[in-house]
Amino acid sequence: MRWMLLLVSLGAAWHAAAQPLGLPPVPIPEDNPITPAKVALGERLFNDVRFSSTGAVSCATCHAPATAFTDARQVSVGINGLTGTRNAPTVVNAAYNATQFWDGRSPSLEDQALHPIVNPVEMAMPSHDAVLEIIRADREYTRAFRNVFDVRPEQIRIEHVTKAIAAFERTQVAGDSPFDRWYFGGEDDAISDAAKRGFDVFLTDGRCVSCHTIEQDHALFTDHRFHNIGIGVNAMQDRIGELAKAFLVAKAQGIDVDAAVLSDPDTSHLGRFAVTGDLSEIGAFKTPTLRNVAVTAPYMHDGSLATLREVVEHYNNGGVIPADAPVNHYLSGGIRPLNLTEQQIDDLVTFMESLTSPQFAVPTTSGPVAALDRREEQ
Amino acid sequence: MKMNRRGFLQRSGAAMAGSILPVSLVKLAFGQEQGGQDFTFAYISDSHIQQISGARFVRNWDQGLKRAVAEANLLEPAPDFVVFGGDLAQLGTKAELDHGAEMLSALRYPLYCVMGEHDYYLDLGEYWSELFGDHYYSFDHKGVHFVVLNSILTYDEWTYERWETPERRMLEMAGLDNPNGSPFMVGERQREWLRNDLANVPRSTPIVVLSHSPLQKIYKGWNFWTEDAEEVQAILAPFEKVTVLYGHVHQIQYNQIGSISFHSAMATAWPWPYPSTYAQSGAYVPVMTVPMNRADPFNERDATGWQFVDVHTGRVAVNYTLYDNKNRTVAFNAATGRPEDMEYQHPPRRIPPQAHY
Repeated sequence: MRWMLLLVSLGAAWHAAAQPLGLPPVPIPEDNPITPAKVALGERLFNDVRFSSTGAVSCATCHAPATAFTDARQVSVGINGLTGTRNAPTVVNAAYNATQFWDGRSPSLEDQALHPIVNPVEMAMPSHDAVLEIIRADREYTRAFRNVFDVRPEQIRIEHVTKAIAAFERTQVAGDSPFDRWYFGGEDDAISDAAKRGFDVFLTDGRCVSCHTIEQDHALFTDHRFHNIGIGVNAMQDRIGELAKAFLVAKAQGIDVDAAVLSDPDTSHLGRFAVTGDLSEIGAFKTPTLRNVAVTAPYMHDGSLATLREVVEHYNNGGVIPADAPVNHYLSGGIRPLNLTEQQIDDLVTFMESLTSPQFAVPTTSGPVAALDRREEQ
Repeated sequence: MKMNRRGFLQRSGAAMAGSILPVSLVKLAFGQEQGGQDFTFAYISDSHIQQISGARFVRNWDQGLKRAVAEANLLEPAPDFVVFGGDLAQLGTKAELDHGAEMLSALRYPLYCVMGEHDYYLDLGEYWSELFGDHYYSFDHKGVHFVVLNSILTYDEWTYERWETPERRMLEMAGLDNPNGSPFMVGERQREWLRNDLANVPRSTPIVVLSHSPLQKIYKGWNFWTEDAEEVQAILAPFEKVTVLYGHVHQIQYNQIGSISFHSAMATAWPWPYPSTYAQSGAYVPVMTVPMNRADPFNERDATGWQFVDVHTGRVAVNYTLYDNKNRTVAFNAATGRPEDMEYQHPPRRIPPQAHY
C-alpha cells in the first residue's frame, strides 16, 4: 500500500492533490477531518483482533487487503467459525456509499463500525465499553488517542474509535482502472474492443447503467438505492407473509435488527424491509459499486453467485436462475428478461473486468480465482 | 446510547407506518371525532392485463398486479376487504379477464369489483359479470354504506349502433384524445337506482361511492370525466359524509365538492401524466400540489402503486404505496373540511414541480 501511504503523507490536502481517475472527491464529514495520525490509528484498530470475544477476529478478517478488502467467502465467518448471512462488501470506495451495509441500515462509516464489534456472529464483544477497556490499557493506543483527539484515557469514547476507523476507511479509495483511463482519460487502447463493446451493452441492452450509474466526470456505479433483484427472496415466496409479520412483531418488541439479519438467513433475505418496514422494499438490497468487482467474488448479498458470468445470466433471465424458475412477486420494476446474446454476455463480463484498479489487479490468466488462491496460501 | 423500552416502541412504531401499525397511527393523526367503527380496506386498480397471444400476456402489467396483491396480503392488521377499481383487462376478452381473476384469486380477503371501460366495451360487461357479479350494487360494512356504480356507460347510440363490431367499439373507447370516443356517464336508469338505494339511508350514515371514472369533471379528452357528474353529486349531496373513490386516472387526485370528498387511485399498470389543461369549470379543478415526476422508463413500476384506505368516523385516509418513491397519505382534514396530502400540502414542505427534463 505504498500508494496509499504516499497519499496520506500529503496530509489534509491529499484528496485534492491526487484524485484517482474516475472518482469524485471523497466526502469527509466536518466533525471527522482526515489526518495522517488518525488514519494510522484507524488502520491499527481495523487490524486489532483483540476487539473480538475470542481474540481472533478483526475488521480485516473479513475485509482483507489481499482480497480487495473482502474475505472472498460466500458469507463471512466471525468468532468460533460462526457464519453470518451476508457476503462481506469491500471497504474500497465504501467512503462514497450513501448508506452502509447491504440493507443500508447504517447511515455512515462511523456508525457502521459500531455494529460488527458487538454482533454475536461477528466479533461478539459484550459491549463497546469492553473495547474501551482494552484501548485504555494499551499505552500506544492512549498516546495515539491523545495525539489525534486530545483526550485522556478515561475520556476515550467509542465514537473516537469509530471516527479513527472511518478515517482509515476513507483512504481506501481506488480508481484509475483501465476503464477510467479509457473513458475519463481518453487512452484509446486502455481497454480491449470486447470491453468497449461490453460497455455499450452496459449502457443499452443490458440496462445496467440505470442502477450502476456513471456521471460525466466520475463513476461510482451505484444509485445508492435498494432493489429486489430476485436473490434469496425468490425461494421464499410462499413464506414471506408469515416471515414479514413475525419480524415486524419481533422488531416492535425490541429485537436487535443488526443481530437478527446476520444470524437468520430468512430474516436476512427480507432486505431493506427489515430496516424500513415498507412493503415495497421486501427483498430489496443496496446497489453495490462495480469497481473492482472482478476481484471481489462471490456476488450478491448472500454470495450465492460465484462468477460475473452467473450474475449476468441472472439478470439476463429477468432475476432468476434457471431461466424458467418463477420470479418473486415483489421483484423491482427494472428487472426483466434481457435477451442478451452469448457474445453480449461475454463482452459485458470483459467490461466489468476492466474496472479493476491497478493496486488490486491480479495476473490476467486467472482473475478472482488467483486472489482466492493467494488468500489460502497466507 | 441506551433507550428505554417505551422510547423504542414509539420510535419503531413511527418507523413502521405503512406496514404493521399504520392504521392506528394514521387515525390518531387526524381523527378528532368520537364514535363509529374504524376499519381498513385495500384498493387496487387499473391493471390492464393484456394478452399478446395464447398464453403470453404483457409481463409488465402482470407483475404490477401480482405485486400489489402480494403486498396487500401482507397488510397487518388485515384489511376487511379489497376493492378492485376497474380496468382489470385491456381489451375486455375472456382470456384477459380470466388471467386477471386468477391473479386476484391470490388475495386473502373478500373482493369487491368495479367495472372499467376496458372490461366493458367488448361484450358490454357480460363475461365480467359472470366472474364478478352485478355491474352496480351496494353493501353495508361497519356502519358505512358502500355504493358501487358502473360509471363508464355512454350514449345508447354510441354503444349499440355506431360500431360494426364489438372489437372496434372496444378499441375506440380505449383511446385517449379520440374524436370517435364518447363521454362516460352513470345514466338515468342507474341514477334512479341510486336514489332508491339511498332513500332509506339516514343522512348521517357515511357513504362511500366506488366508481371507475371520477364522478367529477376534470378533463374530457381523456374521460377524466363523468357527463352526468352534477346529477350524481346532487343525489349524494344531502348526506353529511360522502367519499368517492375512483380509478381510471392512474395518478393521485383529490378534491372536495360540498360534502363529497374525492380520491383517485394509482394504477398498477402505468401512470398517466396530469392533463395539460383543466378545462370546463374552475370550481372542479382538483387540488394537486405535486405534479408527478416523469415516470422512469427503466423502472416499470415507477409512478404506479396501490393503496389501502383507513375509514375512520366515516371519513377516509388513502395511503398510497408508491414504488421507489415516498409513500403518500391523503386524508380528510376535519379542520379544513377537505382531503389533504398529509405531508405535501404544507407549503414549506412542498416539492417543487419538475420544470425541465
